[in-house]
This record gives sequence, structure tokens and C-alpha cells, in this order.
Amino acid sequence: MRSSFLFLPVLLAVPALAQDDLLGLLGEDSAATEYTIASFKTTRVINSHSLENVAHGVLDFKIGHRFGMLNSGAGELFGLDQATIRLGLDYGISEKLMIGFGRSSFQKTIDGFAKYKLLRQCDQGCNMPITLGVVAGMSVTTLDASKVPWFGEGRTDYFTHRLSYNFQVIVGRKFSESLTFQLMPGVIHRNLTASAKDPNDLMNIGAAGRFKLTKRVALNSEYFYVLPNQGDRSAFQNSLSMGFDIETGGHVFQLHFTNSTGMFERAVIAETGGDFFNGDIHYGFNISRVFTLHDPKKKAREKLKAAQTGG
Amino acid sequence: MTMNLRPFLLFTTLLPALVFAQERYATRTGEISFFSKTSMENIEAVNHKATSVFDATTGAMEFAVLIKGFEFEKALMQEHFNENYMESGTFPKSTFKGKVEGVTAEQLKVPGKYEVNVSGDLTIHGVAKPATAKGTMVVDATGGVQASSDFMVKLADHGIKVPGGVNVAEEIQISVRIDYRKM
Repeated sequence: MRSSFLFLPVLLAVPALAQDDLLGLLGEDSAATEYTIASFKTTRVINSHSLENVAHGVLDFKIGHRFGMLNSGAGELFGLDQATIRLGLDYGISEKLMIGFGRSSFQKTIDGFAKYKLLRQCDQGCNMPITLGVVAGMSVTTLDASKVPWFGEGRTDYFTHRLSYNFQVIVGRKFSESLTFQLMPGVIHRNLTASAKDPNDLMNIGAAGRFKLTKRVALNSEYFYVLPNQGDRSAFQNSLSMGFDIETGGHVFQLHFTNSTGMFERAVIAETGGDFFNGDIHYGFNISRVFTLHDPKKKAREKLKAAQTGG
Repeated sequence: MTMNLRPFLLFTTLLPALVFAQERYATRTGEISFFSKTSMENIEAVNHKATSVFDATTGAMEFAVLIKGFEFEKALMQEHFNENYMESGTFPKSTFKGKVEGVTAEQLKVPGKYEVNVSGDLTIHGVAKPATAKGTMVVDATGGVQASSDFMVKLADHGIKVPGGVNVAEEIQISVRIDYRKM
């Protein structure tokens, strides 16, 4: 008698369990990996690369525009009379690899790069807390030899003298829906520098972050610090930029203030001349427009659809 | 002592029988898709990883689907869907919990087609709303049940804001296709 009494509560519990949480019967959700998305609105913070790549099969047309300096006076309409532009195209070869190139009016430069994500932060299914990407870029100036700033007197105009390179590691994390932060240690290599005292390699580290103000507007900021004791850098400043990302459908508009004139890494990191705190600030904007050229999942979807209607 | 053991034995044999008496069906690969139609643009997305359990004995039915698992034709649409509309970081899942009427566990043992009514609470974007839908259940020769239903959901009902000038319909058609197997 005693043992039957003991089992009574167990029996009562069984039907209750059955009704309450049916999905619980399936056990834990399968741990499909969910990568963190939208750390930044676009692939650039302002001038620098962000943690994000363009998606596989997507072409991103980028227009970068910097006006003159705010402190250039009313005669120059506070900089609005002048313009520096970069037109660029980026393409996502896979979810991890993107390539791009651009043409800048700054020193009439053509630049190209590849960016690869080695580690991807994920929300579920793995324990990766950060995203880590590497960027390798190259630029060539097409200026007339007499105008290339580092050629000076009596230097031979070899094609290789017009080249420079950029290597960067981008490591960062989307800490919350609104806050993302990244660090960018890197090196700029210049095949030729203005003076023998200037090293060809320029070590630098950048930091950038974004804070989302609303679903469609974010505040971005970035700073590049060139490590000391690397030649005479008295004519140059560290690059500081801040501004807003505004997203509208297929476009992202970035409006910002920066002391950098150029829009590719060597120009931004190594050749920023303006002093932000002296009013040498450019008002500028970037416009990004994406086009889906190729839908990598289309085949898989159609196959599944066919299998379902067939079966 | 031997007399005392008899009820114990009785209950241990009854216990599993009571648990498995319920006719339960389940899936982990349910298809949930939606379709938004405006004069400017049609948007569709599909998720093949919906989980669902249907208890034919009681009529209870539950669904859960991960918002991030919806696949779009355009990557940017998918990002905006997660970031701007569904806020999947805050509300990772949509769920349904309700009852099916119009079919019995006995009927589902026989191949055939049954028209059913489903009603319950639909939670999207963290907002639960009572919902009803008509559906069909087709029992095949292997004992599997193919359940399907199409219904409309108003975005405003679930606190999803769509700004003016965006090509997203106010009312979205949702299609559910489930291939239930016996649990």
C-alpha cells in the first residue's frame, strides 16, 4: 500500500507535463551557428574599414566626397567651394571575402584592396566573442611625375615609386545592439618616401566605434595613431573623424567631419595634414548603394521547393 | 512484502503507457514563409527550421521559429528585416501556442484530407495577439501529416513600425507548410 501511495504524485505530474510545454519535448534547439550581423551599417566606419563585409554576391557603389576646410573663410564658402572625391566599387566574393577598388581625385590615385574575415563573432552555436578581419590594399598615383609629392628633384619616375601598400588587422566586437568597437593595428608601406629619413614602413593603430542612436541613425567615430619615432612627421597629424550613418532602404548616407582629405589608407593614415582642433576640418559625406548581382542561396531554395512540390 | 510489491509493479507498467498514449506529431524542419506585396516591390522570405509539436489527443499545437533563420533574396533586406523591423537581437523567436479543431486523433490514423481551424496566441516581435486560421491536414500512407495554412498578419498589431516611403506592405501573408512525423 505504501508504494502505491508514493506513486500517486508522479502519475498526477505526467498529464500536467504533457500539456504545458509541447515544444520542450523536442529538447534543445539545434545549435545552428548564428553570426552576429550589422556591427556597422556599412563596410566603412568613415574612412577606415569596418568589421563588416558586403554580403556574398552584392556590389556596393561608393561615393566619397570631402569639401574643403571649414576654416578656409567666407571667400571659399567655408570649404564648400572645394571638393575631393573617391568613386569606388566593392564586391562580396563570399561571405568572408570582399574586394574593391576606387579612384580618388586626391593625388589622382587608384586603390584596390581585399578584405577577409578570419574570425566571425556569433550569437549562437559557437563561442567566438570577436570578429577579426585582415585587409591588404595597394594604391598607385597617376599624377604627372612633377606633381608627385615624394618624387622631389632628380628622382626617376619608376612605376614602382608610385606604389604604396596597406596591411591592417581589424579586431572588434558588437557589444550590444547599439555599441560596436574595433581596433585596427596596421602598417603602411611606401615604396618611395620624400626623404631618406622617412621610413618606408609606417606603423599605426586605429580605433573606431559606433553608437546607434535610433534604428536607422548611428554615431560613428574613428582615430588613427601613427606610432612615434618614425621619421619627421611634423607636417602631419593623426586622423580623427566623427559623423553619422543614416540608412534609408538600399542607401547608407554617412555625414561627417574629418581632418583627412584623402579617402584611401595611405592618404588617411600617413598624409593627413589638417589639425582638427585648429579648425582644419572637412565636412564630407559617403554614399553607399548596394546592388544584388548574384543570389548565392537561390539554387538551394529552388532545389528545396522542387523537392517539396515533387514529394 | 510480496503483497506490497504488486501495486508498485502495476504502476511501473502503466506509467509509460500513460505517457505514450498521446498521439503526438512533431517537426524540426517546418517551412514558414511570408510575402509582402506592394505596387513597388514584392518581398518574400522563407525559413525551413521551424519547430512544431502537435498533440492530436488534446488538439494542442505549438510553433517556434528563429527570426534570423529567414532567408531573403537580398542580403540587405534580410539585415533590415532583423535590424529595423523584427529587432531579432531583442526578440529572437516568434511563437504560436493554440488549439486545432476539426480533426481527431482517430481520424489522423487514416489517410485522408481534413479541414481544420487553428486558434491561439501568435507572438511576433514580442507582442502576443490572438490569431485564428484555416488549414488543412493531409494524412499520407506512411502516417505522416502534412499540415498547411495561409493567413494574414497586420504588422501594426505586433508593434512593427514601417516608415512611410518603404516598400513593405502593412499586412503580410504568412504560409506554413509542415511535414509532421509521429513522435
